[in-house]
Amino acid sequence: MSVRGLVKRFGATTAVAGLDLTLRRGTVLALLGPNGAGKTTTIEVCTGFQRADEGEVRVLGLDPAGAPDALRARIGIMPQGGGAYPGVKAGEMLRLVAACAANPLDPAWLIDVLGLTGATRTPYKRLSGGQQQRLALACAVVGRPEVVVLDEPTAGLDPQARRVVWELVSALRRDGVGVLLTTHLMEEAEALADEVVIVDHGRVVAAGSPTELTAGGDEQELRFRARTGMDVEALTAALPAGYRAAETVAGRYVVRGRIDPHVLSAITGWCAGQGALADDVQVARRSLEDVFLDLTGRELRS
Amino acid sequence: MTELFAPGTFTPAPGRGRLGRMLLAQAGTETRLALRNGEQVLLTLLIPVVLLVGLSVLRVVPLPEPRVNSVVPSVLALAVMSTAFTSQAIALGFDRRYGVIRRLAATALPRWLLVAGRLAAVLAVVVVQLVVLGVVAALLGWRPDAAGVGWALLMLLLGCAAFGALGILLGGTLRAEIVLAVGNLVWFVLLLGGGIVIPLDQLPSGVAAVAAALPSGALAEGLRAPLVAGTAPGIGPVLVLVAWAVVAGGVAVKAVRLR
Repeated sequence: MSVRGLVKRFGATTAVAGLDLTLRRGTVLALLGPNGAGKTTTIEVCTGFQRADEGEVRVLGLDPAGAPDALRARIGIMPQGGGAYPGVKAGEMLRLVAACAANPLDPAWLIDVLGLTGATRTPYKRLSGGQQQRLALACAVVGRPEVVVLDEPTAGLDPQARRVVWELVSALRRDGVGVLLTTHLMEEAEALADEVVIVDHGRVVAAGSPTELTAGGDEQELRFRARTGMDVEALTAALPAGYRAAETVAGRYVVRGRIDPHVLSAITGWCAGQGALADDVQVARRSLEDVFLDLTGRELRS
Repeated sequence: MTELFAPGTFTPAPGRGRLGRMLLAQAGTETRLALRNGEQVLLTLLIPVVLLVGLSVLRVVPLPEPRVNSVVPSVLALAVMSTAFTSQAIALGFDRRYGVIRRLAATALPRWLLVAGRLAAVLAVVVVQLVVLGVVAALLGWRPDAAGVGWALLMLLLGCAAFGALGILLGGTLRAEIVLAVGNLVWFVLLLGGGIVIPLDQLPSGVAAVAAALPSGALAEGLRAPLVAGTAPGIGPVLVLVAWAVVAGGVAVKAVRLR
């Protein structure tokens, strides 16, 4: 899959403003970005549901907008939030989607491994969000596609179900399927993706393997919990130059800078001087989440 | 980490399923869904059967004897309107809300087959209605004129086309709740004032003129000629149904949205 200079406008707003992507067979590409960054629009263009205003998109050598039927016979799509008849049973829906493929996987087996066996008699509208999500995933892979496109595959899943989805994505990659997925979860992108593309305001703001993206210098940080409202200015002053302390959420503190034994001891000692115990102390490298927040800003967006 | 999925499980083997199998799978699923949805069965089977029996036995509307012969065309027109228009529009409105149209469009199912599957499901339900209503009517003493049966089937098909196109237009463009309200309201108004329960010649002349140009009046009148008299339907009802089908279908092609 190759996207070059993709631009997509809706009226006066530009959803995607010159985006490039490359997805190779047997790899996983995660599109990461805040709400409204243009992730879903990009996916809709790549699957032929939207037409690009500018730029070139090729998936398996095909133009998605020009030959959507030919393309969709070769790719598997999970639209955001899934989709099924309100009254349909999970097995019935998956059998219908399987009937549209030449060499489908066994629907009953897929229902079973995705933990939906208990829900086979329940109409779709009464399934939980997580069950609907897993059915949607099953529908995306049942036709044994060459490329799988998943829009937020783990949104609303509990940790166990998320593990199953991660295993499935890893198995797709191992078997030579190219996977394009969108996610809000940094952990997910770090665990699954060969390449992460961070988008914001319809542009790529960073791209690379999770290791490359988090390599950013030797920035480290120390996180700990303690009672709320301690004076972070005083803590910063008590540390050598170049270190910055902050209270991120009430009761959770972070000190950024190169963490060595002396600094660690200085921080816990300072807390002791305040009569506070520094609990849950962690030395961490820059996580993908930090990279993401640094690039896209920390404010909540409406 | 991947014990759940043996190596090679997902080795790509893509391709489109056979067209006949896809059509059968989609139409079969939608037919089953329509026949096990309580509200839809009320609309498509229960109410027509009750009206068939009620109007044949009770003398609320003046009709020539045997009453059942005049009631059958009305009830068949109602059955087609219920399935192809109201029930189909409501199902489509909620199917869009639940994202199924998009889900199916995302498979190898071609666009035209998606529409064909829906229409096939409508026809399948109409066949079930014809069998049930035909048996009940026969029990009430209905003996159709054999000469008219072919014409009646043609009118039923034209009725499905006109009401089906209108149903897709309504269900494919508005929000599910509005579709529900409009679909039921139009059904009720056309049932009483659209030439179905009360034949055109018994409606006030102004109302009758309007009703004759509506698909309900055209279908009911177009069924009365072959089923009661055994003659060909007039050209008027045929043209009215064709016009509604073409106009509504043409607008639907441009206006229907997947979501």
